[in-house]
Amino acid sequence: MVRRVLQAVVVLLLVTAITYALLRLIPGNVAVAVMGPTAYRNPLAIAQFDRVYGFNHPWYYQYWLWLDHLAHGNLGYSWKLNQSVASLLSNHLPKTVFLVGVSIILALILAIPIGVVQAVRRNKTIDHFFNGFSTVFYAMPAFLLGILLILVFAIKFPIFPPEGPQGEGVAVLFTNFNALVLPIVSLTLITIALFSRYMRSAVLDNLSEDYVRTAKAKGASERRVLLRHVLRNSLIPIATLLGLLLPAVFAGALITESVFNYPGMGYLFYQSALNQDYPVLLGITVVVAVATVVGSLLADIAYAVLDPRVRYVSR
Amino acid sequence: MSLGSMPPEPIPTNEPSPVGVVIHDAPETASAVASGMLPAGKPRSTFRRGLEVFMENKLAVTGVCIFVFMILFCFVGPHIYVTNQLTVDFAHEELSPSGSHLLGTDANGFDVLGRLMIAGQISLEVGIAAAILATVIGVLWGAIAGYVGGFVDAFMMRIVDAMLSIPTLFLALVVVSMVTPSKPVLILVIALTSWLTTSRLVRGEALSLRTRDYVQAMKVMGGGNTRAVLRHIAPNAVGTIMVNATFQVADAIALIVSLSYLGLGIRPPQQDWGGMLSNGVQYVYDGYWWLIVPAGFLIVIVIAAAIFIGEGLRDAVEVRLQRR
Repeated sequence: MVRRVLQAVVVLLLVTAITYALLRLIPGNVAVAVMGPTAYRNPLAIAQFDRVYGFNHPWYYQYWLWLDHLAHGNLGYSWKLNQSVASLLSNHLPKTVFLVGVSIILALILAIPIGVVQAVRRNKTIDHFFNGFSTVFYAMPAFLLGILLILVFAIKFPIFPPEGPQGEGVAVLFTNFNALVLPIVSLTLITIALFSRYMRSAVLDNLSEDYVRTAKAKGASERRVLLRHVLRNSLIPIATLLGLLLPAVFAGALITESVFNYPGMGYLFYQSALNQDYPVLLGITVVVAVATVVGSLLADIAYAVLDPRVRYVSR
Repeated sequence: MSLGSMPPEPIPTNEPSPVGVVIHDAPETASAVASGMLPAGKPRSTFRRGLEVFMENKLAVTGVCIFVFMILFCFVGPHIYVTNQLTVDFAHEELSPSGSHLLGTDANGFDVLGRLMIAGQISLEVGIAAAILATVIGVLWGAIAGYVGGFVDAFMMRIVDAMLSIPTLFLALVVVSMVTPSKPVLILVIALTSWLTTSRLVRGEALSLRTRDYVQAMKVMGGGNTRAVLRHIAPNAVGTIMVNATFQVADAIALIVSLSYLGLGIRPPQQDWGGMLSNGVQYVYDGYWWLIVPAGFLIVIVIAAAIFIGEGLRDAVEVRLQRR
């Protein structure tokens, strides 16, 4: 276990190194970018800028400074929006956490029964139906799903607004519930498509295990075997799966937010990519990567706790 | 946008004992029975058996048909269905589908069906090229890590873990926002951000193959490392790599159309399917469905076809794996 945590720490350090390398690869000079192209006429001003913001140090020292800032919650400063990345995130991140959280929970509630039904009725009509369903939504890029939902449920039949809730703060999410429906449905469908086929194969694997035969031989009802034995064992790998699929869900959230103008972190990221606002891009990248690493670490720990057969032996 | 159709990666445990890669051995009894029923004499080649399994999979065959049809549609189609895709024609903009324009025209007066063919060329080219490049990078990285082992392996795989924890789309968006995107640049960006799963897979294969009896036997007989890699490890990993490459094509096409849709992929005047959709969406309130539905449909069936092919290949390769 200690080893697994150490591994996560190394991965986190590498994430910051990769992000920092990207930051260095960005063409152009920060001072010129901030003060405008005429700054080239005034090398003294550039030197002054570099000194104030620490750009005159060698790269390894700058990396260290950047890490130090990160550790203190300073994710950088958006020159374009004239706001710190942390304060931008404090407005946008909760909305993404809400969207992603609700979608994952809904997706699990729906994908688990779907997977079980599919496995039990393997190769029957209902299995093929849900297989087709998950393949279509897996093959459908998130933006296309969003567009189609808008086309049908906001324009053809104007039931829901085509845009997510607008405005500052988290409170708008709860005052304008109708506007949440389409983004959440969109991300949930994508997430179900990601999850349900894993669930199906997990249940299938467990159905052929010896303990199922034993339980049946001891006279347990079909229903009891399924719910008490198979389902419980099939849920264990889902913990790890959640950790693994988190990046995919984040990517889905980015596109969903862009399509529905849902002002979350993904939308902010997209706008920053269009505006070449690199501090915001890299700040968010670090946040997402840390969330993923920590998420998969927690998932592995949960796995070890849930399944006594798994042990991380430290050597 | 990760390989949703691949089996989940095994839980990382202590380094030199790859869990999960041995799974392929499980159905050994089944294959023993099957091979017992084969007529004596010349044994059927594993390739033939794999092909048979693949051909029995209706979805996979459909996938191949769709894929071949789409390639013909995009690359041969424009020579048969000749349309003007060069000069803007405002006199005939946004026409609904009719006899002269089977799928109508867009805001510039371009015929949508003809546009789909040319745009598809870009989506398919970038998707397939990026997938091939990503596979090459991933295979090299994974094979080196798995074969060298030790500290190098641990370090190389931690880099993979680190990059995997950044969603591909985020990484690609950062890089694309720094450069002026053109077709080669986009191929490179997509390849450089999506080789990671391949490298994990290949490393696992290399680790497990290295300990196989026949490789050990060959070593005992005096074969060298190069021979082990070229004659035994590479051919046996080819199947797994092919399967993965097929899924890579699906993911790469999804990524390029997403980037183009977001306005950071292929730039006008060139357009791919994602770009067509992003144009079409501007007229979503006017009810011009032919600017959205056909392009969307093609994207979905091409990606689905690639997934079906990949799944069929995987079943076929598992037949081969049972025999080793």
